[in-house]
Amino acid sequence: MTTRIERHHYDVVVIGAGGAGLRAAIEARLAGKRTAIISKSLFGKAHTVMAEGGAAAAMGNVNSRDNWMVHFRDTMRGGKFLNNFRMAELHAKEAPERIWELETYGALFDRTKDGKISQRNFGGHEYPRLAHVGDRTGLELIRTLQQKIVSLQQEDFAETGSYDSKIRVFAETTITELMLDGDRVAGAFGYYRETGEFLLLEAPAVVLATGGVGRSYKVTSNSWEYTGDGHALALRAGATLINMEFLQFHPTGMVWPPSVKGILVTESVRGDGGVLRNSEGKRFMFNYVPDVFRKQYADTEEEADRWYTDPDNNRRPPELLPRDEVARAINSEVKEGRGTKAGGVYLDVSTRMPAETITKRLPSMYHQFKELADVDITKEPMEVGPTCHYVMGGVEVDPDSAAAFGKVTGLFAAGEVSGGMHGSNRLGGNSLSDLLVFGKRAGEHAAAYVDALAKRPRVATSDVESAVDVALAPLNRQSGENPYTLQQDLQAVMGDLVGIIRRAGELTDAAKRLQELKQRVANVGATGGRKYNPGWHLALDLRNMLVVSECTAKAALEREESRGGHTREDFPAMSPDWRKVNLVCSVDKSGDVHLERKPLPKMREELITLFDRTELSKYLTDGEMVEFDALPGAGKTEAK
Amino acid sequence: MGTKRHFRVWRGDSSGGEIQDFDVEVNEGEVVLDIIHRLQATQTPDLACRWNCKAGKCGSCSMEINGMPKLGCMTRMSTFEEDETVTITPLRTFPVIRDLVTDVSFNYEKARETPAFAPPEGVAPGQYRMQQVDVERSQEFRKCIECYLCQNTCHVVRDHEENKTAFSGPRFFIRAAELDMHPLDAREDRKEYAQAHQGLGYCNITKCCTEVCPEHIKITDNAIIPMKERVVDRRYDPLVWLGRKIFRRDQLDEPARVPATVSASASGGGSADSTPEVHTSGTPFTSARQGEAPPVRDDGKMDVAELALPHQGGPSPFGDDQEFPLPVEDLTYNPPSKEDPDSKEDH
Repeated sequence: MTTRIERHHYDVVVIGAGGAGLRAAIEARLAGKRTAIISKSLFGKAHTVMAEGGAAAAMGNVNSRDNWMVHFRDTMRGGKFLNNFRMAELHAKEAPERIWELETYGALFDRTKDGKISQRNFGGHEYPRLAHVGDRTGLELIRTLQQKIVSLQQEDFAETGSYDSKIRVFAETTITELMLDGDRVAGAFGYYRETGEFLLLEAPAVVLATGGVGRSYKVTSNSWEYTGDGHALALRAGATLINMEFLQFHPTGMVWPPSVKGILVTESVRGDGGVLRNSEGKRFMFNYVPDVFRKQYADTEEEADRWYTDPDNNRRPPELLPRDEVARAINSEVKEGRGTKAGGVYLDVSTRMPAETITKRLPSMYHQFKELADVDITKEPMEVGPTCHYVMGGVEVDPDSAAAFGKVTGLFAAGEVSGGMHGSNRLGGNSLSDLLVFGKRAGEHAAAYVDALAKRPRVATSDVESAVDVALAPLNRQSGENPYTLQQDLQAVMGDLVGIIRRAGELTDAAKRLQELKQRVANVGATGGRKYNPGWHLALDLRNMLVVSECTAKAALEREESRGGHTREDFPAMSPDWRKVNLVCSVDKSGDVHLERKPLPKMREELITLFDRTELSKYLTDGEMVEFDALPGAGKTEAK
Repeated sequence: MGTKRHFRVWRGDSSGGEIQDFDVEVNEGEVVLDIIHRLQATQTPDLACRWNCKAGKCGSCSMEINGMPKLGCMTRMSTFEEDETVTITPLRTFPVIRDLVTDVSFNYEKARETPAFAPPEGVAPGQYRMQQVDVERSQEFRKCIECYLCQNTCHVVRDHEENKTAFSGPRFFIRAAELDMHPLDAREDRKEYAQAHQGLGYCNITKCCTEVCPEHIKITDNAIIPMKERVVDRRYDPLVWLGRKIFRRDQLDEPARVPATVSASASGGGSADSTPEVHTSGTPFTSARQGEAPPVRDDGKMDVAELALPHQGGPSPFGDDQEFPLPVEDLTYNPPSKEDPDSKEDH
C-alpha cells in the first residue's frame, strides 16, 4: 500500500478541541503563534457540551462573602487535600477573570437582578458560585470559544486573505503518535477520519487537551471520544501520569431505559432543590454525612429545606455533599435492597417546586427525560444511579506552566487530561473553570517555550514510517479480532473489577485480565477500507484505552486506603500517611506500566493557615500537625 | 429480550451506493442510534455514522429517518409500529462522504462568513451588565446544537446546490438574530447584513426549519420574521423612500453594512450603493430559483396571516399533503451531485 502523508508546519499543535484545547489555541494565537487545533469530532461537538451545571468562579455576585480563599478551601476539601495546592490556588484566583473574558467573546450567562453574572449553588461549594446558562453551560462555553476562534480567523482573513493562515482547525482528525527529537517534542502524527489519509504536523510544542478515559467503562456519561488518547500519548512520549486511581463516578446518571444508562443528570437538579429518596421514600442522604463534613451539613430535613431560601442561617442539605460521597451512598442503598427495579434511587423535583420553575431552571433535563425515558420530571421522580464521569488523574504537570513532567519537553497538558488540580475528587463546576484557567496557561506557556527555542526539533523519517505501520496494522489483519468485542470485554473488566468499590483480589484479577486483553488488542483487526471506518478507528483507540486502564488498575491496587474517587472495601478509612503520596505512572519501551511513589508538594504557609486546626487534623498526620502548630499564622483563621 | 426488526440503511460513498436491508434486535427503550451501534458491533463494523453525546446535546447524529431529518439519538424505537420498516439515509442537502456521514463543511464556511460578536468599546471584562429578560431572547438561539437539520431541510438549498453560495441558511439567521438582540453587541447592522450578504431574502418563511429543530427553537417566528420585518420597515418607510428619490446616493444615511473585519469576504462591490438587495453584485445569479422577497402589505408590514396554522411549527417541509412515514418503496437516496449542469455557470 502506498502511503501519502500530508505535512504541515505549526508552532503549536493543540490536540483536542474541547474547552481546554480551544482556550489554549486562542492564547497561542494571541501570542502570535501559528496554531493547529486537532478535533477528533466536528468542530464544536466536544464533550464539554455535556457539562451542564456551570463554571465555578468566586466572583461573589450572589453572595459577596465569597472570594478565592473560600473557593480554594472548598476545592482542597473536595479533593480530600490530595490536590496540587498550587493548581487549586491558581484556579481559584484566576477563574473569575477567565469567566469575565468569555463575556467579551460574546457569552451570555444568566444574570442577577443587578445585571451581573448569576451564580448557583453546587455540591461542595460553600456559596453560590457557578456561572451558568440554564443547564447547558458547557454548550455555551464551547460555542463561545468556537466563535472566538472564528472571529480570530476573520481577523486573519482581513489581514492575509486566508482564514486558516494563523489558526486552523483539523476537524475529524485523530492523532495516534507524538513525534520526538531526542526528548523534545517535534510533532504529531495522525489520520483524517474522513479519508483515512495520514498527516504529520511538525511543531515544537504540543498541548494535550484530549479529555478523559470514561469509554473504558460500561456505564459512563462519556462519548466514544473519551479513550484516554492524551494520557497514552503522554506516556509513550516519556511523560508521567499521576492520581490515575481516582475516577469520579457521578452520582446521578440515568438508569432507565437501558440504552441511555449512564447519561448525566445534572447536579443542578440537587442544587436547585431536588432530593434523593430510596424505594421506601426515605431521604437517605442524612445517614451518609461523613464526620469531616458534619459541621457544614444539615441533620434534619427541616433545616435542609430552609437552606434553599436562607443559606446564611442554615446548613446545606446532604444531597449537596461532594460527588464521591453521594455516589457511594446511592451504591449502598441499592446494594442493601432499597433501590428501584432498574437499580437506582429516586431523584425528585416534582414535589419540590412548581412545574414552571422546573422547566425554566432545568430545561434540558426536562427535555432529556421526556424524550429519552418518557418521564415528565415535573410530575414524577427521576431514576438515577452512579455513572463513570471524570478522571481526576492525568498528565503530571508543572502547575504554573502546564508543562508535562517526565523525560519530555515541549509537551503541555490542560483540562481533564492533566492531573493534580482536583486531588482525589473534583467538585462539580470546577472542571469548566479548570479548563479555562489551565487552557490559557498551557497556550501561553507553549508559545513562550517556542519563543525560547534556539533550534526547531526535527521529525525522524523512521519514526513516521513506524507510526504508519502501527496505524495500518489493524487493516492488514482483516481476520483479526472484532474491536467492538474487545471494547466490551475491556469495559466489563473495568466496570466489574475496578469500579466504584474496589477489593485487592478483584484488582489483582483485573491486572491479569488486562494483560490478556493486551495480547488480544495486539491482534485486533478491522474490516473495510480507510475511508471513515469506525471499526478501524476503534481498533486504534483500544491501545490507548488499555494502557490507561492498566495505570488505573495498578494504582488502585497500590493505594491501600479510601479517599475521594477511590474506595477500597478492604481499606475503608482515609489514611493521613497516604495523603502525602502521589502514585506516578510511566511506561517503558516495551509498553509496560511502572508505578512510583512520590511525595505531595507541601502547601505554603499562608495557604495552609486558611484552614482551621480541627479540619486539618482529620487529614494530616500527627507529624504534619506539629509542624502546622509551629506556624505563626496557625489557628488564627476563623473556623468555617 | 428484544425483537428482531427490519431496517434499511443507505450504504455507499460519493461514487454511489444503495439501501441495504438488515434484521436487527431491538430492546425496550432503545433509540435509532442504538440500533446503528448494534449493527456496527454485530454485522457491519465499518458502517460510518457520526455521534458523540447520545443525549441530544451535541448535534452529531443527524440523519433522515423514514425521510424525516432527525437526530438518531433522540428518535425512540417506540415511536414506530412493531412491524414498521425503518429506513435510514444520510442528510440529503450535503455531499455524502460515506454511509450516513456527510460533508457538512458548507455550514462551517457560512459560520466563518458571519461577522462575529463585536464587544462594546470601553467596557472592561467583569463590567458587563445585562438584564435577564434582555439576554433571554438571544439565549434561545444560543441553545442551537448545530445539528444542521434546519440547514438540511431548508428547501432553498435542499436539492438546490446553486443557492448555496448566496444563502447562509436558518442556522446563521438565528446567529445573526442572536447578535442583533445581544444587549451589548456593538454592531448595528446585523439585519441589513443578513439581508444583503446572508441571503435572508431567499427565505419565504415556510417554517420547515422550525419544524425539524430538535431544540425547539422558534427559528422562523423569533429570529427570521423579526429580522425581515425590521429590514422591511426601513425599506418601506415613506421618508426613507422620499429621501431616496430626492437625495443623491452618497448623501443617504445608510448604515455601514460591511464589517471591517470581513469586508474582503463579503461580496465585493455591492456595498457602496443604496438599499440592501436580495442579489448583491458578486453573488452568482441563479435561474433555478429566484430569491423571493416576503410578501409585504402597503403599510410596509408583512402579512402574517400565513402563520395561523393548525399546528405549531407550520407546514411540513414536504407539503401538507405528504403523510409520514413514506411508503417504504418510495424511499430512496441519491447523493447530491457536485456538478449541477443547469446552474453552474457564473453570471
